[in-house]
Amino acid sequence: MSVVKRTFDAVIVGAGGAGLRAALQLSEAGMKTAVLTKVFPTRSHTVAAQGGVAASLGNSTEDNWHWHMYDTVKGSDWLGDQDAIEFMCRKANEVVVELEHYGMPFDRTDNGKIYQRPFGGHSQNYGQTPVSRSCAAADRTGHAMLHALYQRNVRANTQFFVEWMALDLIRDSEGNVLGVTALEMETGEICIFHCKATIFATGGAGRIYHSSTNAFINTGDGVGMAARAGIPLEDMEFWQFHPTGVAGAGVLITEGVRGEGGILRNGSGERFMERYAPNLKDLASRDVVSRAMTTEINEGRGCGPDKDYVLLDITHLAPETIMKRLPGIHEIAMQFAGVDPIKEPIPVVPTCHYQMGGIPTNYKGQVVVPKDGNPNAPVAGFYAAGECACASVHGANRLGTNSLLDLLVFGKSAGETVVEDFNSGNLSLRPLPSDAADVSLARLARLESQTGGESVFDVGLEMRRTMQKHAGVFRFDALLKEGVARIKEVAERAKTTEIKDKSKVWNTARIEALELDNLIEVARATIVSAEARKESRGAHVRDDAPDTAEFPNGRNDAEWLKHTLWYSEGDRLDYKPVNLKPMNEDTKPIGLAKRTY
Amino acid sequence: MSKRTVNFKIYRYDPDRDEKPYMQDISIDLEPSDKKLLDALVRLKSKDDSLSFRRSCREGVCGSDAMNINGKNGLACLTSLDGLDNVVLRPLPGLPVIRDLVVDMTQFFKQYHSIKPYLVNNEPAPERERLQSPEEREELNGLYECILCACCSTSCPSFWWNPDKFVGPAGLLAAYRFIADTRDQATTERLDNLEDPYRLFRCHSIMNCVDVCPKGLNPTRAIGKIKDMMVARAV
Repeated sequence: MSVVKRTFDAVIVGAGGAGLRAALQLSEAGMKTAVLTKVFPTRSHTVAAQGGVAASLGNSTEDNWHWHMYDTVKGSDWLGDQDAIEFMCRKANEVVVELEHYGMPFDRTDNGKIYQRPFGGHSQNYGQTPVSRSCAAADRTGHAMLHALYQRNVRANTQFFVEWMALDLIRDSEGNVLGVTALEMETGEICIFHCKATIFATGGAGRIYHSSTNAFINTGDGVGMAARAGIPLEDMEFWQFHPTGVAGAGVLITEGVRGEGGILRNGSGERFMERYAPNLKDLASRDVVSRAMTTEINEGRGCGPDKDYVLLDITHLAPETIMKRLPGIHEIAMQFAGVDPIKEPIPVVPTCHYQMGGIPTNYKGQVVVPKDGNPNAPVAGFYAAGECACASVHGANRLGTNSLLDLLVFGKSAGETVVEDFNSGNLSLRPLPSDAADVSLARLARLESQTGGESVFDVGLEMRRTMQKHAGVFRFDALLKEGVARIKEVAERAKTTEIKDKSKVWNTARIEALELDNLIEVARATIVSAEARKESRGAHVRDDAPDTAEFPNGRNDAEWLKHTLWYSEGDRLDYKPVNLKPMNEDTKPIGLAKRTY
Repeated sequence: MSKRTVNFKIYRYDPDRDEKPYMQDISIDLEPSDKKLLDALVRLKSKDDSLSFRRSCREGVCGSDAMNINGKNGLACLTSLDGLDNVVLRPLPGLPVIRDLVVDMTQFFKQYHSIKPYLVNNEPAPERERLQSPEEREELNGLYECILCACCSTSCPSFWWNPDKFVGPAGLLAAYRFIADTRDQATTERLDNLEDPYRLFRCHSIMNCVDVCPKGLNPTRAIGKIKDMMVARAV
């Protein structure tokens, strides 16, 4: 197969929020940039974000970035790096106001400012009372944001390669990153994108779980590519289960529903969150609410004939409020739960939602790996931002509205770093090895000639079911150990998947097979990292690490206050320290404490 | 519970393999979890991996899975399987077919891009947000929610005849979205851009766009408002 080569200053893989935000920096700086995306940019999963983006604008209630930083560190269960968290919270107002200037149709307060609503885990005065920090466009914030960012890129003349799927990361013998190989879906053409800087903004891999709020396209492509190319993945045991996915369908119901006054009720109609989080109640952090719901269901206090869900109740809200602030939720409840939320509560269950871990980066968006004793040595030419990256601002549990903030702040930061490196001559077009496309070509050739293998659908289903059962909201030592063995088996089976469709044109069977390779890397990273972490922290809660006086909430800081690094080769684990020091000397670190809401 | 079966007639065409398009008859047994047409398509694809269609969010916000369903454009993920026993699926009409249910949307996006779909405000950016009253913001409701699925434009006879000259309902809805935004300063240029026998005025208020929009938007009303502005500035 012939391989065409294209040369750019920079290649961005992914055109969701982070990719588009990074692209703006590069386009406006005049860099010759290619943005590769396997779907048209406005179809990226950022579009599905609902409730808002965090910024301490203080438009409705008093607020400042120090409080936001405290909430984020606490939300992360102290696994987040405090320099990156400080950076993100301080930058929040700037990037949100910028977005408003780009044309984002935020809702407004009576005095014309950006409307803000309360959200889980966000508080005033270091955990005291809920704060309105989530900047919202009704319950379609992600849609409004993604379109505004795409529109700004149209203005900036950004060059997109739409419906191109990146296949593999290209590195030279010294480990420098030289670009990617990619497949044009319309023609089946394989191409090398050779460049000085590669930015991954490929999103998460929520499709490793059977029940997921995530889009079909969330297959962890960048994370898988990085892992195959020898980059370790950080903190992959931490997955967020969103408390309110529609029971059965998995479709997301924003936490903004609870921000607007929605209440969770169990089978007897009790507002059970009062027992689990007496202070913030239904607006406690997501991991806390998901565990409470799962406990209610496990202990027989669920709703419905099988007592297998709880109810999200907004029937006490004024219908006008629902139609004005939550119109999308009204539509989703009617479409996917078959209930009119004005009249009836919505059946919900915790549903896989967000990947806290990912490709290790610093707050500048540089990908960092351990090298020569430095746990955070930048990889030349490689940057990442958004859900595929781990900066790490979310640590063991992300706060709602911090993901849209993450992709704005770190998309911009990665873009700025690339532009700086480009302008200062720190980037060079390194020679392409002759075997640059060999890995990708071998993967494609294997698929072309494979006979007698299982279908991609069957192997994928086995992976999703295994992850759901063995690495869910609560984790059990025996299940995790068995899960490791089973995922390794599934990974072996994925090596011999067979596709019947051999067409060159828009071959989605081939795309799904290639996506499965990426998902498998993520599933392995998740279960191996989870089995190894013998404590409870944030979203990772184990049966054998309960809440005790010695280990509050089961957290063991003496042994486990560290980031996991998983290497694909041999499922090797390594660890690196958490940065407990903020960016600026004047900023007070947030000291370790037990998390309660 | 007895198995429910859906009988499909699906437009199939793979230029790599087929000399010409054909309609394929195929039935699929549903599982209890299959609620929407997209669920049935995904199940179908698990049996025959050569069926090609776009899909992503499966909740009606990304706009990927627009297709012609029993003669009417819609999103597969928002189309209920209740009572849907026989389904004829075709690609969106009026656009070149790449393969099966996948159409080439170049012309659609070209028209969207032609209206300069971004906020124009040349004043120096203030330090904080530009102010906009809730009432002014309300003007954008029913406009900004467009998901660019192309159901509307590809159901519009005027767009079928002149896809290169008529902007089409999606693009015109976007044009009015910026005209209606108090922060945008390019109304005159935007109207100039549409002052042409085709770009705007080929809309004859057939209202197919309103009929098919999966988000319940009303491009015809937006187009009417632009036409009113054109008339107002002409007199």
